[in-house]
Amino acid sequence: MLQPMLDTVSNRSKKWLAACALSAAGVMATPAVSADDYVIDTRGAHAFIQFRIKHLGYSWLYGRFNEFEGGFTYDEKDPSKNKISVDIDVDSIDSMHAERDKHLRGKKFLDTDAFPKAKFVSTEYVPTGDKTADLKGNFTLHGVTKPITIQIEHIGGGKDPWGGYRNGFEGKLTIKPADYGLELTKSLGPSASEVELFLSVEGVRKK
Amino acid sequence: MIKNTTTRFGLLSRSIHWLSALLVLSLFAVGLWMQGLDYYHDWYRTAPDLHRSFGIVLMLLTLTRLIWYRFSPKPKPLSGHSRIERIVSVAVHHTLMLLLFVMFISGYLITTAKGDPLYFFNIFGIPSTVNGIANLEDIAGDIHKYVAFFIIGLVVLHVAGALKHHFIDKDFTLKRMLGFDKNA
Repeated sequence: MLQPMLDTVSNRSKKWLAACALSAAGVMATPAVSADDYVIDTRGAHAFIQFRIKHLGYSWLYGRFNEFEGGFTYDEKDPSKNKISVDIDVDSIDSMHAERDKHLRGKKFLDTDAFPKAKFVSTEYVPTGDKTADLKGNFTLHGVTKPITIQIEHIGGGKDPWGGYRNGFEGKLTIKPADYGLELTKSLGPSASEVELFLSVEGVRKK
Repeated sequence: MIKNTTTRFGLLSRSIHWLSALLVLSLFAVGLWMQGLDYYHDWYRTAPDLHRSFGIVLMLLTLTRLIWYRFSPKPKPLSGHSRIERIVSVAVHHTLMLLLFVMFISGYLITTAKGDPLYFFNIFGIPSTVNGIANLEDIAGDIHKYVAFFIIGLVVLHVAGALKHHFIDKDFTLKRMLGFDKNA
């Protein structure tokens, strides 16, 4: 009973000592420990991948992907280290209408039997302002990989009320489905030539 | 004569039979055709609306058929039918009935899988009951498709049987369902 408790105490004091040593070293030395890796909080549903596309050119139709996972690195001091990787189950497309989702998963559209996964892996993080950046990377959809740039905004970050540490971002971009072999305009008309994507992710720092 | 007798199909059973035949074949044909329709096609919305509504009509008709047999049992098989013929025909009939209900349920689930109601001729909506199962509409859709083809296979068998009795055995099987009375 007592032993584990003592272990915890001694671990804590070691961490505390290490922290003191680091603060003493100050800005001179950056810690080698990578404490900036985050898991996207899909489990707590604090992350969303949404899209919108024009219907007949008359209105916006919104949908989302319910299942995805990923992680990112966010280094507040060295943005060049920032990166993200997200895997999306295309199958989980949800436009709040079962028959439409069935169509979207079908061969005429996303063909999720053949291409069940979409993926984004960043290659470069280019700050454009205090809280904004261009996140470049490769996006795979419908079996086609293309370079894209996501405009992102750092929304906020800090301790959460439950002992963790979080950071959150929002990103948006516009893609042309035709680039990914999705000839939407043929069936849905010219207004379906572009799809806007909105990504809202909150990450919990790995311990 | 509305009711069945031991030798004769009554008007209600015959009407249900031929109406169901018409509905099964039309629903199958429309079901196949409407999937290929272009988004801008005039029938893109109407065809599925009618398919769903007439599917409900067929379900009500099938329920009526099953309830009616409780009050007015089927005529007995013709004496000329062999034992194996009787077994096969009963098996085909029962499987057809069972699979029709698989079609009603799976069709309903495609539409209602995400909480949408299924509209009956825009008169009223049948609410969604089972939802929240991931990709339920796809699972139900696959079942709906494969069972539809299987039903058409059984229909072919059923028609082949009727024609065999009429043209080869030259018995009264088909005529009986057309309303002829052997004793008349």
